[in-house]
Amino acid sequence: MSKSNRVLPGFRITMAFTLLYLGLIVIVPLTTLPVESITMGWTAFHRTLTDPRVVASYKLSLGASFVAAIVNGVFGVLVAWVLVRYPFPGRRVIDALIDLPFALPTAVAGITLTTLYAPNGWLGAPLARHGLKVSFTPLGVTVALIFIGLPFVVRTLQPVIEELDLQVEEAATSLGANRWHITTRIILPYLYPAWITGFALSFARAVGEYGSVVFISGNMPMRTEIAPLLIITKLLQYDYAGATTIAFGLLVISFVLLLAINGLQHWTGRRLAH
Amino acid sequence: MAGYVSAHRQGSATLPRRRLTEPALVRWTLIGIALAFLALFLAVPLVMVFSEAFAKGVDAYWAALEDPDALSAIRLTLFVAAIAVPSNLIFGISAGWAIAKFRFPGRNLLITLIDLPFAVSPVISGLVFVLLFGRRGWFGPWLFDHDIKIVFAVPGIVLATIFVSFPFIAREIIPVMEASGTEEEEAARVLGASGLQTFFRVTLPNIKWGLLYGVILCNARAMGEFGAVSVVSGHVRGRTNTMPLHVEILYNEYNFQAAFAVASVLALLALVTLVAKAVIERRLARSLAAHDETAAPESA
Repeated sequence: MSKSNRVLPGFRITMAFTLLYLGLIVIVPLTTLPVESITMGWTAFHRTLTDPRVVASYKLSLGASFVAAIVNGVFGVLVAWVLVRYPFPGRRVIDALIDLPFALPTAVAGITLTTLYAPNGWLGAPLARHGLKVSFTPLGVTVALIFIGLPFVVRTLQPVIEELDLQVEEAATSLGANRWHITTRIILPYLYPAWITGFALSFARAVGEYGSVVFISGNMPMRTEIAPLLIITKLLQYDYAGATTIAFGLLVISFVLLLAINGLQHWTGRRLAH
Repeated sequence: MAGYVSAHRQGSATLPRRRLTEPALVRWTLIGIALAFLALFLAVPLVMVFSEAFAKGVDAYWAALEDPDALSAIRLTLFVAAIAVPSNLIFGISAGWAIAKFRFPGRNLLITLIDLPFAVSPVISGLVFVLLFGRRGWFGPWLFDHDIKIVFAVPGIVLATIFVSFPFIAREIIPVMEASGTEEEEAARVLGASGLQTFFRVTLPNIKWGLLYGVILCNARAMGEFGAVSVVSGHVRGRTNTMPLHVEILYNEYNFQAAFAVASVLALLALVTLVAKAVIERRLARSLAAHDETAAPESA
């Protein structure tokens, strides 16, 4: 304990309150999932997780999230680069708009994207003429997940691009490297850790996403039913054990991703400290 | 973690000189692609919300908002946020004080635990309260015997909302409190200020922008939460419907114009949030820079 601890008051009471509130609001509710999963026994647990409908929902949630995170990875790095490096009119407004998916309630995003990509929608109609159906297909699920994950890659990369040392680029230029070489050999390798972190954040958010997806997915079992929706379906059928099992599986996936992200951020932090 | 990235404090990055950037053609092509992508995924949906909301004219728009069920949904949303945000504010200040001003073992673990609700799917955030307080939940039988209803009623909605918006304020306050250090508070104490005086006169002015930032993000999430609330709400029109749930009901009844009218109010809230966020980010950057300047001579 450092000296300051003895001068400043209030450690005990604020700490006690912090732990109590955290325990009651977060820890106790979350322990229900592992406890309920363990008490239901391995066979019931295994039966639910190998049910074809459950497997299909996991596959869709993970697959669509992965594709969405890839798309966000590609366009996110481009958007972050453009916003930091290139001055253009309206840059401030665009920069503020990036956070829209965080600020817009997911249900609003859900009904909007569904209407937009419906066969008679602004974007759905021209796409339908080319034989591409978006709303009520796995593609629609992916579109919603791209929307919801968009800010993660951009916001993770922006500060790293700002930190890029211009002197390195200057040195490389004076040594005769062209912009293509500098981009592929110096800039992109420097961005990798933050890039992967942003990708993982975007992926993790998408796996559990519900509100923006349920409307556009159409919710057909085996085809466009995401795992979070299946939890609600089981709950409405009073299949508490089934709902708990699917939720526990999803929770484990989230925690693995959380650990990976923490590790990645540690890595990014070390790189930035150099 | 998932669900959120921390405040982006944009520094005044100096733009590279001419020869350190791409040729104009490449530059404008990249800007064009980026803007096209953002227009497609952000701007067009945003415009569409308002366009659909007013599709049947201004009168129909107001009619949808003045509907008794819509009004009660608005009231419930405000009521829930009015409980959730102050609760999380008190927690945030308390956690910030304990974590940022003191060193103790397990500090990093505590910070990670505070982030947990971000890693959890909204649906799971609702489910856990059903497992606790539902008819067949841990406390279900006891609650039933005492005729207390938590889940599928307003208390459940409040609890789920507190859960999902839990980390926002704490996670903004902790770094800001850490950055302002402990010297000023120590000086106030030595000069005879009481604990509360120290907090209100010294700490609070230092963290006010970070605090406000957290409150705004917390409020946006509290008012807009859908998944978690959907699980614990009884979906009773006029009683346990928040605004996002009301949007869902209207949409599923094919009353698209009314659904988008209510949705446009939420979209407006999102826009106000974004503007406030941008303004505060600039203030925050300035106050941090000012603090660095005053701190610099000491460290030199």
